[in-house]
Amino acid sequence: MKEIPHGEWRFWYAQHKGTLLAAVLFAVMFVIYVSNHPAGFTPNVVQTASNKAALLAFVAMAQCFVVITAGIDLSVGMILILCNCLASWLVVGTPFETALGVAAVLLTGLACGMLNGLIIIFGRLQPIVTTIATSAIFFGLALLLRPTPGGAVNETLADAFTSKLFGIIPASLVVLAATLLIFWVPFSRSILGRAAYAAGSAENAAYMSGMPIKRAKFASYALAGLMSAIGGLYLTFFSYTGEAAFASGNAYTLYSIAAVVLGGVSLAGGKGGAVGAVFGALAFRTIGDLLFVFDLDPLWQPLFQGVVLMLAISIGSMGLARVRNRLEWFQ
Amino acid sequence: MSEDASLMRRSGLPARLRRVDPAVAIAFGCVLLLLLGGSIYSSNFLSPDYLLQQLKVASFLGVIATGMMMVILIGQIDLSVPWVVAAGAMMACAATAYGGVGSFLAIPFGILCGAVIGAVNGLAVAYLRIPSMIITLATNAVVQGLMVVYTGGFAPQDSASPAMRFLATGYVISPIPNGVLVWLVVGILAVFLLVRTTFGRSLYAIGNRERAAYMSGIDTRRITLLAFVISGALSALGGVLLAGYASKASQSMGDAYLLPSIAAVVLGGTHVLGGKGSYLGTVAGVILITLLQSILSVMQIEEAGRQLIYGVVIICMLLLYGRQKLV
Repeated sequence: MKEIPHGEWRFWYAQHKGTLLAAVLFAVMFVIYVSNHPAGFTPNVVQTASNKAALLAFVAMAQCFVVITAGIDLSVGMILILCNCLASWLVVGTPFETALGVAAVLLTGLACGMLNGLIIIFGRLQPIVTTIATSAIFFGLALLLRPTPGGAVNETLADAFTSKLFGIIPASLVVLAATLLIFWVPFSRSILGRAAYAAGSAENAAYMSGMPIKRAKFASYALAGLMSAIGGLYLTFFSYTGEAAFASGNAYTLYSIAAVVLGGVSLAGGKGGAVGAVFGALAFRTIGDLLFVFDLDPLWQPLFQGVVLMLAISIGSMGLARVRNRLEWFQ
Repeated sequence: MSEDASLMRRSGLPARLRRVDPAVAIAFGCVLLLLLGGSIYSSNFLSPDYLLQQLKVASFLGVIATGMMMVILIGQIDLSVPWVVAAGAMMACAATAYGGVGSFLAIPFGILCGAVIGAVNGLAVAYLRIPSMIITLATNAVVQGLMVVYTGGFAPQDSASPAMRFLATGYVISPIPNGVLVWLVVGILAVFLLVRTTFGRSLYAIGNRERAAYMSGIDTRRITLLAFVISGALSALGGVLLAGYASKASQSMGDAYLLPSIAAVVLGGTHVLGGKGSYLGTVAGVILITLLQSILSVMQIEEAGRQLIYGVVIICMLLLYGRQKLV
C-alpha cells in the first residue's frame, strides 16, 4: 500500500466529500431507525432493510455510471422492469437452465444499455430524449413478456440471494459489495473510467487530448444496462414474479436520480462515484423505513420522502453563499 | 430592371424555403404521411369529424407542451408535469365543493395552484441554482405527497364544475371543440410572447448562453422564474381541461403527459438544450404524437406494440434531424 504523503488527505477528502456525506447521512438515519425499531439491531432487521435497499442501490449504481459522463439514463427503471419480466420466464428449472437464464437476463440488460449508448454516441442524440424513447421500447417489450403479473423463479436461488450468509450478513449486501468491486472499482481506475470522468468534466478538452471518449461513454451506458439488469434479477428474487408495471419502472428511474444526487454525484458530470450513489440509495430507502418506526400514517410517506429529497438538494446550493462574482452563478 | 426583379424573384423563393426550419417541415411531413397511411387503412381518417376529434385530444397535450417549451427554450426541463397536471385537476375539482363561488373560481384556482408549484420550481432553479432536472423531480414528489395526503390515497370524490366540462367538451363555435379554442388562445399568446416581447427574446438568449444574456443586461433569474411559472400554470390548465373532459380528477392522470410533452417539443425541432425552436414546430410535434397514438389505437395494436412503435418512431425521427454537431 502506498503511503499517503503529508497533507495529501485534503485532496482525498475533497474528492470523496460527497461520498462521505452520503455515508454519514445514511449512518445517522439508520441508527435512528434501528434504535427506534421494536426488534432492535438484529440480523433480521438488517436483512430486511438491505434487501429493500438493494434494488434501488443497483439502479443508483447504474445511473451513476452514466451521470459521471454528464449524461442521464431515464431508461434504467424500464430496463429493470424488462429484466424482471424476462427473469420470471427464464430463471427457472434445473441449475444449468437457471444459470443460462441468469446469463440471458444479464446479457439482455447489457444489450439494452449498449443500444442506448450506440444511439447516443453514434446517432448523436441527447441522452434525455433518447433514453425516454428507449424506455418506451423496453417497457413495450416487458409488456409483451408479461401483460399480466405472473411467472416464477428458481426459489432456491432466490432465497440464497436474499437470505443471510453465516446467519449474520445479508446476502444482498454481499452481492452489492461484490458488484462494486467487480465492476465499479476496475472501471473507475481504468483508462475508460478516467475518460468517462474527463468526458463529464470537460468533453472538448478530453477529446482534444485524445482520450477514448466514445468508448468510455459506450462502456458507461452498457454497464448501466447491466447494473439495472442485476436490479431486475433481484426484483424477481424478492417477488417471485414478473410484472410490467409502468408506475414502478418510472419510480425506479426517478428514485435512482434522487439517490445519485443524495450520494454526492454531480448531475453536471465528472464528480462523485458509485459508492456514494449506493449510500445515497440506502439513505433514500431508510427515509421510508423511518416513517414506519415512528408510526406515521403511510399516506404521509410520499410527502415525507419528497420533502427530505428537497431539503437534501437545497443543501447543495449552499455553495452560492461563497460566490464572490455574480458571473459564477452561470458556471 | 426587370432582369433584376426576376433574379430577385427567382432567388427569393429558395431563400424563403431555406428559412423554413427543416425540423418543422419534416415534422409536418410526417403528420401528412401519418394521415395518408391512416386513410389507406380507413377512409374515416380524412373526415373532418375525425380530424376535429384528434385536435380536441391534442389540445390537452398542446397546452401542456406549450409550458414545457418555454422551459426547454431556456435549457431547463420540467419533470414536475405529471403531478402538477393532477394537482391542477384535483384542486379545481376540490374548489367546486364550495358551492357557487367555488364552482366559479374552480378554473382560476386550479391554474393558480399550478403557478405556485411552478414558482417553487423557478425560485429554486433561478435563485438557488439547483439543476431543474432535480428540483422539478423533488417538487413532483412533494406535490404527489400532498395530493396523496389530501385525497387519502383514493381518487378524489369531487367532480368537475360545469364550466370545466364546458371548457373541455363544449362548443362555442359549432364544429370546433372548445378545447381546441383554448389551445388556439394559448398558442397565439405563446407565439406573441416568443416573437414579439423581450421576454420571449430573453428566453432564447438565456437558452443560447446564460452568461452572455446576463452580461447584456437581461434579468436572467426573473425570466427563468417566469418561464417555470408559465409552465406550471399551463400544466395545471391542461389538468383542468382533462378533468373537465373526464368530469373528474384521478391519481395518475398526469403520468401519460410527461414524456409526450417533452417528445412533442423536441420532435418539433426545439433544441433540448435550449435557445432554438419555434412554436409552429411544437404544434407539429403535438399533432404528430396525438395522431401516432390515435392510429396505433385504431389499428387495435396492443399497448405493448404501441409503446414499441412509439419509441422506435421517436428515435427514427430524431435521427432524421435531431442530431447534434460533433465535438
